[in-house]
Amino acid sequence: MTEQNFWQKYIFSTDHKIIGMQYMFTGMIMALIGGYFAYTFRMQLAFPGTEVFGFGTVSPHEYNSLVTNHGTIMIFWVAMPVLLATFGNFLIPLMIGCDDMVFPRLNRLSYQVFLLSAIVLVASFFVAGGGFGGAWTAYPPLSAQAKYNMTQYGATLWLIAVALEFVAFLLGGINFITTLMNSRAKGMKMYDIPIVLWMIVLASILFMASVGPLIAGAIMLLFDQTLGTGFFDPAQGGDPILWQHLFWFFGHPEVYVVLLPAMGIVAEIITVFSRKKLFAYKTVLYTAFATGVLSFFVWAHHQFIAGIDPRMANVFAVTTLLISIPIAEMLFVYIATLYGGSIRLTAAMLFALSFLAAFLIGGVTGIFLGASGADIYFHDTYFVVAHFHYTFFPIAILAVFAGLYYWFPKMFGRHMSETLGKIHFWGTFIPFNLIFLPLFFLGAAGQHRRIYSYELFSELNSADFQNLRVLATVALIVMLIFQLPFLYNFFASMLRGKVATANPWQANTLEWAAPSPPPHGNFATLPEVYRPPYEYSVPGRESDFWPQHEKPSGESKA
Amino acid sequence: MSTMPIATTRSMTGIPTGRLAVWWVIGSEIVIFGGLLACYLLLRNLYPHWGESAAHTSTLAGAINTFVLLTSSLFVVLAHHAAERKRHIAAFFYLWLTIGGGLTFLLIKAFEWSYEIAQGYTITANLFWSYYYTAAGIHASHVIVGMIIMAIISFDVLRQRNLPRVELIGIYWHFVDIVWIFLFPLLYIAK
Repeated sequence: MTEQNFWQKYIFSTDHKIIGMQYMFTGMIMALIGGYFAYTFRMQLAFPGTEVFGFGTVSPHEYNSLVTNHGTIMIFWVAMPVLLATFGNFLIPLMIGCDDMVFPRLNRLSYQVFLLSAIVLVASFFVAGGGFGGAWTAYPPLSAQAKYNMTQYGATLWLIAVALEFVAFLLGGINFITTLMNSRAKGMKMYDIPIVLWMIVLASILFMASVGPLIAGAIMLLFDQTLGTGFFDPAQGGDPILWQHLFWFFGHPEVYVVLLPAMGIVAEIITVFSRKKLFAYKTVLYTAFATGVLSFFVWAHHQFIAGIDPRMANVFAVTTLLISIPIAEMLFVYIATLYGGSIRLTAAMLFALSFLAAFLIGGVTGIFLGASGADIYFHDTYFVVAHFHYTFFPIAILAVFAGLYYWFPKMFGRHMSETLGKIHFWGTFIPFNLIFLPLFFLGAAGQHRRIYSYELFSELNSADFQNLRVLATVALIVMLIFQLPFLYNFFASMLRGKVATANPWQANTLEWAAPSPPPHGNFATLPEVYRPPYEYSVPGRESDFWPQHEKPSGESKA
Repeated sequence: MSTMPIATTRSMTGIPTGRLAVWWVIGSEIVIFGGLLACYLLLRNLYPHWGESAAHTSTLAGAINTFVLLTSSLFVVLAHHAAERKRHIAAFFYLWLTIGGGLTFLLIKAFEWSYEIAQGYTITANLFWSYYYTAAGIHASHVIVGMIIMAIISFDVLRQRNLPRVELIGIYWHFVDIVWIFLFPLLYIAK
């Protein structure tokens, strides 16, 4: 093949590794924007009305727009592209031992549509009227009519951006599923597939099965906004609650769409760094299936006080509490994997372990909200905000960092600094708790969400409340500052880090059989698979790992 | 990239990769139409008076269009049959008959909609008409996309390349056809 120029190699590439990195860098830029938004509105909450450094004074309208787009960006333009698309694209072909995705050009198209969606979203902040401010859930009639949301163009662009993002992930998902089904290395049977790939593909299937009704709903909402139809307008006979059903029928499975890949990443890291076989591989797999199925029957727990039939609320409370069982089971399985292992506390392992701890709190507080009686009180308070940040932050931030530290040597052929990594870890994990623990207390004390300034609510404006708000904001700023060592570490290590061998962590899965970084086409000779992925510390073997591609009978490595 | 990756040539399930992908595409489409039709059906049951609006739809035009689409599905099967036997000229011919069917469908639809809009039954007239135009409109956009892909494939076929793709577009075309089989009774026959 002739030498490719810069554009062919990095911009219009069809190589799955490059596309994965395109998703990663786009996700990182969007994460910076989302983090900046969080900083701005947290400053407004801690010091209402004062000038925010780097933004200026925040108007109520801007506040709404910042909160809305912080949520939208962090879920659709950070969690999704990084967890699903970056790791999916980078890992699937490498871990199943083949040279690329089955549809490389479809893959490229998927990224291009995704990039377009990000551009449309960012553009929506600058149109007349400003960015959409009707919350990331976009409930009508607020979202449907410009006379209510006052963002005629912002709302429509926001909706188009989200719809484009869905298209990108449908295209990518089809590629992921088909590749895993059809292109595995010779000998890789169902139960030889690494858990992270199962999780990414299950997540793609969940996404595909749940997003359809919302795509239809988005078209209906678009027509409400632009043509004046009344699908969700009670005045024209429409039903605003219908949107809530369509949104949450997708929105709740979406939680598991991002959770499952995070769980998969953590499973890989925990097994490698405790030098033990994954405890109960099949249990993890089956509980993931169970979670996926159950996740379609819990959505109305977001609508307990929206006026749904109380009998329906009972049913959804039961299913919601039920879904905590498979998730708890997975956490127990991971802890059992750690038990008795030779644990190596690398930066990746620290992030993976902190994921388990933080997600546990997120899961347990979810029980309060899933019980329909308690939710009447907790609904729309900061208790909810703290709860879902204790689920989403471990998923989208802690697990992602774990994955980046772990696979960085494979991605770029060099090591990141472990010392800086550990500084980054503690500087992220401690402030994270200091941001969101106070919000549990504030929420339990009755502090409502989506309020621009608590100065107008005398009972919420006492000094002890305000001190907690300041604590959360200061902790956020500390956490953001501690991302600088990461950014330095990431980019400096890419150029000057210690050169990595093909298998620096002594791991078993196939991506470590390829050189670091893998060239175009990945493997010199495509590997074959002889055993399951987690054969660590097998009794009677000299080395404590046993790569999947190593031929039995003690011959040299394939 | 002119060289096909080895990944694309593997088939662990025994199902060719292209066919597998088309089935997943259809799976993702089913939930889009399924969600829309579920909304429509729930509301239709709730509001029996929608029947008065539905009475103004032209069952005859819908029936003719059903016949046209079903016939075009027959042509695409014949195209697949020809492609399997490497009779590429015949396959090209049948593909264009299928595209002709799609075109006839859209023409009839255009006349039908112009007539209805002229009568004042626009997309904003009431909620029934909103669903009517949205559901049929999304379906029609699928017909258009199918026709474009089919035209592209037909010229490949003429040059005796990528013959298995005739089957793939055929599967998709049948799906679009089946969606119409759901739309026709729900929007036209149920008065």
